[in-house]
Amino acid sequence: MHIHVLDQYRHADSPVHRLDPRVKLVSALFFILACALTPDGAWPAFVALALLWLAVTLMADVSLTLLLRRGLIALPFMLAAVTVLFTIAGAPLLTIPLPFSDHTLVITDNGVIRFFTIMLKSWLSVLMALLLSATTTFPDILRALRGIGVPNVLVGVIGFMYRYMFVLGDEVLRLMRAREARMAWGPPGQKHGGTVIWRARIVGGMVGSLFVRSLDRSDRVYNAMVSRGYTGEIVWPDKPALHFPDIAWAGGFAVVLITIELWARLL
Amino acid sequence: MTEINGDEPVLHVHDLRYAYPDGREALNGVTMHVNHGEKVALVGPNGAGKSTLMLHFNGILKGNAGQVRVDGMDLVKENLGVIRAKVGLVFQNPDDQLFSTTVFEDVAFGPLHMGFSSEEVHHRVHDALEKVGIGDFAPRMPHHLSVGERKRVAMATVLAMGPSILVLDEPTAGLDPRGRRSLINLLRSLDATMLVSTHDMPLVGELFERMIVLDGGQVVADGPTAEIMANPELLEAHGLEAP
Amino acid sequence: MLFSQFHIPFAAPEAMHIPDGFLSAPVAIAMWVITAAFVVLAVRRASREFDERMVPLMGVLAAFIFAAQAFNFPVAGGTSGHFLGGALAAILLGPWAGLLIMTAVIALQALIFQDGGLLAMGANIFVMGIVTVWIGYFVYQAMARFNRYAAAFIAGWLSVFVAAVMASFLLALSGTASLGVVLAAMATVHAFIGVGEGLITAGAVALVAAALPEMYGRQVSGRKTDRGTFIAGGVILALAVGVMAVFFASPSPDGLERVAEDKGFLGAAQGPLYELAPDYVVPGVTNETLAAVLAVILGTLLLFAVGYGIARALRRRSRRLAETPVVVTDSP
Repeated sequence: MHIHVLDQYRHADSPVHRLDPRVKLVSALFFILACALTPDGAWPAFVALALLWLAVTLMADVSLTLLLRRGLIALPFMLAAVTVLFTIAGAPLLTIPLPFSDHTLVITDNGVIRFFTIMLKSWLSVLMALLLSATTTFPDILRALRGIGVPNVLVGVIGFMYRYMFVLGDEVLRLMRAREARMAWGPPGQKHGGTVIWRARIVGGMVGSLFVRSLDRSDRVYNAMVSRGYTGEIVWPDKPALHFPDIAWAGGFAVVLITIELWARLL
Repeated sequence: MTEINGDEPVLHVHDLRYAYPDGREALNGVTMHVNHGEKVALVGPNGAGKSTLMLHFNGILKGNAGQVRVDGMDLVKENLGVIRAKVGLVFQNPDDQLFSTTVFEDVAFGPLHMGFSSEEVHHRVHDALEKVGIGDFAPRMPHHLSVGERKRVAMATVLAMGPSILVLDEPTAGLDPRGRRSLINLLRSLDATMLVSTHDMPLVGELFERMIVLDGGQVVADGPTAEIMANPELLEAHGLEAP
Repeated sequence: MLFSQFHIPFAAPEAMHIPDGFLSAPVAIAMWVITAAFVVLAVRRASREFDERMVPLMGVLAAFIFAAQAFNFPVAGGTSGHFLGGALAAILLGPWAGLLIMTAVIALQALIFQDGGLLAMGANIFVMGIVTVWIGYFVYQAMARFNRYAAAFIAGWLSVFVAAVMASFLLALSGTASLGVVLAAMATVHAFIGVGEGLITAGAVALVAAALPEMYGRQVSGRKTDRGTFIAGGVILALAVGVMAVFFASPSPDGLERVAEDKGFLGAAQGPLYELAPDYVVPGVTNETLAAVLAVILGTLLLFAVGYGIARALRRRSRRLAETPVVVTDSP
């Protein structure tokens, strides 16, 4: 279970904040793609990618510690990758005897390289995604999605979802508080809380009633849209033109990434 | 911002009847009108049909019988686009009314769908937000605003369309005393024709010269507020109280 | 009581949101291409079905799924049951609308909360928004005529379980995890998580059927399944099988125990890893990874069959009791 702090956008007036959101989104995607393409064990390339991220973060005037702390979000997933320590062919580095059996686990050099490569790729990707959401408001990210060709209808759905997740989130909070307020214990020794099935059914009922209310809500929202001239096609504000600094940034960023990737293969 | 077609009332409803799909009668022959420049209160107990009536003013609901005319125009399909711009309908819950991710996009929604140029849309959004006293709110997100602020934005979303009449459903519901006061001041300052449904009787007494009482899907009283407020039997018969 | 003022534990079944870095570029991009094709189709299908109401309806319901994922209930030992929602969305609104809703949910979770990667989003949508939705839909459609709540439970459980299996394969195919171990772990964990999913799905279907009888009450299956939906189901099945086939045919030297075995070095290491989950090994099959996979597939089919049988039995019993035609169990 993670604690999600909503709205990670941190307002500041920096060159990164001022960049066109399309450029930021595409740059972040390319950065993450570059991470995925970097070969195993190309440590200097990973250092270069990390420095690139650091440079942009410092330019963006957002808290480094905040991003680094939030960057640990993918850490639990590490468990899935631990297995490669043992299963990749290579020279044995360490043999761990397993208790209560005559088996051993063998950690290989290639396994270790693969493991740390995966962790670095994941960490750098998460840090870049965090930087994107810390410097770009969500409405701007939606504009960027539209700008890079995501179907208008889907962007509309995501926008409505963003707007109403706060409203419905409040409803969920109220329902959960009401439930907690009634979760009393009887006299000592008496079984309380009901069976798991009973508890799950209560939650199922809450989910069901939230669905019914959400249907009603979508009807009222639709009425509000119709009464302001909506006829089935959402009309969006014009897309702003890309300015020279945006284009220059996009080009520069792409050149740096390609250079790092080529270098990583020459190492 | 209002066009006047001779002596036509801006809103004219004659013998309007409407039953829900399940057969329940909501409107039982409503006849009423609102003239240009008037500010009229629409009161009545819950279930009287106020909200249902309001949904007829821009064709979201279509009566089973009777007539609705807006600025002299019949409520028919060809006129719907124009009528929806003329009737600025503000729903009770601003969370239903404000469905966009930023205040700007929400206020721009109406003008954009009316086909205005980008420049004109910006101009209208700016003006509408100024009118409701939150000129610098354009980039903000609705879920960051207080209920009172959201109600103001909701009004700006229809003001930006240049309506002939504002139709407001329960504008003071859910506001604390300070929010309510500031909203009343806003309603007073707006130079627009208005039909406001409300349970807030002190508000009616304070702001509206004329009131219409709706009960059981029918108009049961229509006249100067002072007169109707002075008739406690009438009010009580329809579940209302004088302030 | 403003949602945005609190730090809410908005939890998701975390092992299912694959972060970036854990999928190789070819796998991530291939999944993006497949998912994009499905999403484009879904946009078209849902626009036709829900016409101008589609955007507000799908948007608010995506918010609903997101908010519903915050619900949890204590199970045992400090763990709690959660909700993913794909099966419920498909049962209530059909697979295409369900796909769009889940796509919005997954996209927003990645873009705002970094829950799941951006490059990995194609795969995440495929696993949590396409696989869950089609399984949830077809299982419910096939079983609802016997007992609606059992059908909803099994649809919810199976959708989560199969999605976890699918996610394991994608990880293994990327060479970032050993299939045998990850599959065993994911399948075990999600066999439990799936119970919560199934119970919540059934509880929600019960309430919706009671609250909206004209939409969901008397009908056994919410909608008619058209050819396109069947074909899409077939394509998804083929893709899932294809992913497994590619995995076993892959000559790629990394991440695959088979190769390690060829080099004769893993012999010692292999045993205990699989002893962690002996249930997942089919006797008589020498390749242990293949055995694990077969075990999971067989287990899934078996559970499906058992569920089907139970649902049928319930129908027969209640029919004898109530002597009413097909739909008998509207009471929770």
